[in-house]
Amino acid sequence: MRQSKVFELIKLKFPQVSEEDLTKAVIVPQELLPAVANYLKGQDLSFDNLHCITAVDRLERIELVYIFYSFKNRQQAIVKVYLPIDAAEVESLTKFYRSADWFEREVYDLFGVKFLNHPNLARILNPQDWKGYPLRKNYTNPNLIRKP
Amino acid sequence: MKMSNMHSEQLCVNMGPQHPSTHGVLYLDLRLDGEEVVDCITHIGYLHRSMEKIAENRTYTQFIPFTDRLDYVASMNNNLAYVLAVEKLLNLDVPERAKYIRVIVAELNRIASHLLAIGTFAQDLGAFATPLFYCFREREKVIEIFDEVCGNRLTYNYMRIGGVQFDLPEGIDRRIKDFIKYMRPKINDYEGLLTNNPIFLERTKNIGILSKETAINYSITGPNLRASGVQWDLRKDEPYLVYDKFEFAIPTGKNGDMWDRYRVRMDELSQSLKIIEQAIAGIPEAQATVKAGRMIKPAAGEVYFRAESPRGELGFYIVSDGSVNPYRLKIRAPSFSNLAVLRELVKGVKVADVVGILGSLDILMGEIDR
Amino acid sequence: MVTLSSLIVMVLVVSAVLGFISASAMFLIWWERKVSAHIQTRFGPMRVGWHGVLQPIADAIKLLCKEDIVPVGVDKWVWWLAPFFVTVPAVMAFVAIPFGKNLIVQDLNLGILYIIAITSTGIFGIFMAGWGSNNKYSLLGGMRSAAQIISYEIPLLISIITVLLFSGSLSMQKIVTAQAKYWFILNPSLFVAFFVYIISATAEVNRAPFDLPEAESELVAGFHTEYSGMKFAMFFIAEYTNMFTISAIAATLFLGGWRGPLLPGPVWFLIKTYTIIFVLMWVRWTFPRVRVDQLMGFAWKVLTPISLVNLIIAGWFILK
Repeated sequence: MRQSKVFELIKLKFPQVSEEDLTKAVIVPQELLPAVANYLKGQDLSFDNLHCITAVDRLERIELVYIFYSFKNRQQAIVKVYLPIDAAEVESLTKFYRSADWFEREVYDLFGVKFLNHPNLARILNPQDWKGYPLRKNYTNPNLIRKP
Repeated sequence: MKMSNMHSEQLCVNMGPQHPSTHGVLYLDLRLDGEEVVDCITHIGYLHRSMEKIAENRTYTQFIPFTDRLDYVASMNNNLAYVLAVEKLLNLDVPERAKYIRVIVAELNRIASHLLAIGTFAQDLGAFATPLFYCFREREKVIEIFDEVCGNRLTYNYMRIGGVQFDLPEGIDRRIKDFIKYMRPKINDYEGLLTNNPIFLERTKNIGILSKETAINYSITGPNLRASGVQWDLRKDEPYLVYDKFEFAIPTGKNGDMWDRYRVRMDELSQSLKIIEQAIAGIPEAQATVKAGRMIKPAAGEVYFRAESPRGELGFYIVSDGSVNPYRLKIRAPSFSNLAVLRELVKGVKVADVVGILGSLDILMGEIDR
Repeated sequence: MVTLSSLIVMVLVVSAVLGFISASAMFLIWWERKVSAHIQTRFGPMRVGWHGVLQPIADAIKLLCKEDIVPVGVDKWVWWLAPFFVTVPAVMAFVAIPFGKNLIVQDLNLGILYIIAITSTGIFGIFMAGWGSNNKYSLLGGMRSAAQIISYEIPLLISIITVLLFSGSLSMQKIVTAQAKYWFILNPSLFVAFFVYIISATAEVNRAPFDLPEAESELVAGFHTEYSGMKFAMFFIAEYTNMFTISAIAATLFLGGWRGPLLPGPVWFLIKTYTIIFVLMWVRWTFPRVRVDQLMGFAWKVLTPISLVNLIIAGWFILK
C-alpha cells in the first residue's frame, strides 16, 4: 500500500482532503486533523506510530508535516496541514499519540504554532523567556549572521 | 499521635544539568518520596545550537560537518543519513564501492557507539569505570581505523554527496579483519564481566519495562524498540545502500526491561561484525566517488529519509526551493523520542534506577538539543 | 597518678598510632589507585616518585592548600564537627588491635566489643555530614548510610559472637592465643561466619558493591558532596582507616592474627590484613552497585538468618 492508496482511503472517508502535487502528501484541513488522526490510528489503517511532526514556513502559511507509520502494514503516510501564519493554531494529537507531546512542543518553540488542548505547551529547546520563533523566516536576532 | 496527623513531604532533587550520570547536560527534576520516584520532569535544550537554522544558511555540502556534531559518538551514521537524504533529493546514485565503504564505516561506528553505551550503562549501575575502560579499549581500535581512513578521531566528516571523501587506504582491510578477530573474544569477556553477574541481573531484570505498545506510541526506535519485542530494523525492512546483500539477524528482546536493552546492544555488536566481514569480502574494485558538482542545486521538492543510526532512526526532512541552500531541514533525532518516554518509565522506581534506565535508553544530548 | 614517664609513653604511643594510621591510609590510597588502574588496563599514578608512590603526599598537600569552602545554609556546628565524628572513632579503634605479641596499645578484656562499639559511632559523623550539608544528595546519602549500617550491624555481631563461642574471651590477644592450634577459618562453622563478617563489614564501611551512601552515579558523592579540602581528606582517611580496621579484625578473628611461622608477628599481621584489603578492592572494581531495597533485603532476609543458623549450629557443636 503506497501513499496514494492511503490518500484514496482517507479521501473516501473525508472528501475535503486533497493531495499535494509535488510530494503526494495528504493535505488535511486544520479542523479535520483530529478526526483524520483518529481514523489513521483506527482498525482500518492502523497507523500506530506518529513518527515525526515538523513544520515549514512558507511565508504566507505554515505547513505542518505529520509523518505516520504503521508497523502492522509496514508503511508510511505523510499528512500536511496548512495553517495561516497569523493564526497558526491546530488541535493537539497528544490524546492519540504520546510521541506528539514533545514533537508539538518543539514545533511550538521553533515556529510558534499553538497546539490546542496540549497538556504542557511550553518551550522545549529554547529558554522559557525567549522572544520570537527562531525557525520562522522573518525571525531576526542581532546574533544571527547569514552566510551566502 | 494519630497516624493521620503524620505526613511526609516530597523531596525535590534537581538532577543535573551538571551531574555525573546524565549523559551530557540534561536536567531531571525529580520528585522523591524517600527513595521512590514520584515524578520526573525532563528539561532539555542546554546544548541547543539551532542546527536547523544554520542549515538554512549553508549549502548542502557545507552542512555535512554539522551532522558530525549531532550524535558525536556515531558521526559516520549521521553523515550517512544526511548524504543519503540529499542523494534521494537529487536522485543521485553512488558507485557500488562507495556503498560498501559506507556500510563498513557505518557498522564500525555502530560498534564503537554500542561499546560506549554498554560501558556507560554499567557505570550508571555502579560498576565503577571497569567495564567502561574495557569498552574504551576496544573503541580505541575502531577509532584508530577511522583515523587512518579519514584523519579524524571523533567528528569524521567522511561522507560526501555522491560518495565518500577518500577511498579506503592501502591495507586497511587487513586491519579491519584483525579487529574483527580481536573483537569476537572480547564480547565474551563482557558477557563474563556483566551478563552473568548476579548483582547486574538483579539490577536490570524487570526494571524499567517498556511495553511494545508504549514504545510504538512514543515513537521509540532503534535498539530500545527492538528490546521491547518489535522486530524492526531499517537495514532489513527498508534496505538502503547494500544492506540487502548481507546476512544478519535482528536481535530482539521480550520484556523491554533494562536487561533486554543491554542484551540487544550486545547481540548487535556481533551482528555488525558479521556485516563488516561480508562487506570486506565483497567490496568491488572501482571508483569510490561520483562528482556531484561543487554547488548542489536540487530541484524544488521535499524528501524524508531515515536511516538506522546506533540510537534509532535518524531522519532528515529536507525541503528544497531550487536554490543552493536547503529551504528547511528538519532533523528527526532518535534520542529525542527515546528520552521523552523516560518520565513514563521512572515512575515508582527507586532513585538508583533512574540513572540505570537513563543509561539503558542510551540517549545523547547532542542530537536531542541539536 | 599520671607521672611524667607514663605521660611520655602515652604521647609516644599516640604518635606512633597516628603515624601508622596516616602512613597506612596513604599507602592504601596509592594502592587502591594502582589496583583499580591495573584492573582497568591503565597504569594509574606514574609521575610522582617511583610508580607514583608519592602521589598521596602530593594529594595531601594539595588538599591542605585548598580553600576551605563553606556552602551557604549549612548547619554550622553539625557540618564542622562531622569529619571529626567520622575520623576519631576510626582512630580510636586502633587501641585494641593486636599487631604483634606485645604490640598492642591496650589489651582490653572487652577488646572486640570495644572496637565494634567505637566504630559503630562513625555513623553519627556520616549522618551529621548528610544532615548538615544542606544538600539533598548528602541527605539521601546520610539516610541510606544510617539504614545500611544499622541493618548490617546485626549479622556482623552474630558472626563475631560465633567466634567468641570458640575463643571464650572478648580480649583480642586471647582470641589470637585461642588460635594457637589452628586458624578459626578452618572450622566449618567459622568459615561461614567469616564470609558473613566480610560481607557485612564491607557494607559497614560503605565499600562497593554496598557504597550506596556515596553512590557517585546517583548521588554525586553522597554525604561528602559539599566537603572540600582537608575536611574531605578526613573523610577519605576515615574510610581507609575503617577499611584497615575491619580487615585487621578479620585477620585477628579468623586468620590467626599475628601468628605465623618464620616471620615476626607484625609482618604476618600486616600480610593477612592487606590480603583482605586487596580482596575488598578487587570486589569494588568489579561489581556493579546493589540498589537500596536489595541491600536491605540481603541483610535481613539472607545474612541475618544464615548467621543465626550458623550460631546455633556452632553452639550445638561446642555443647556436644
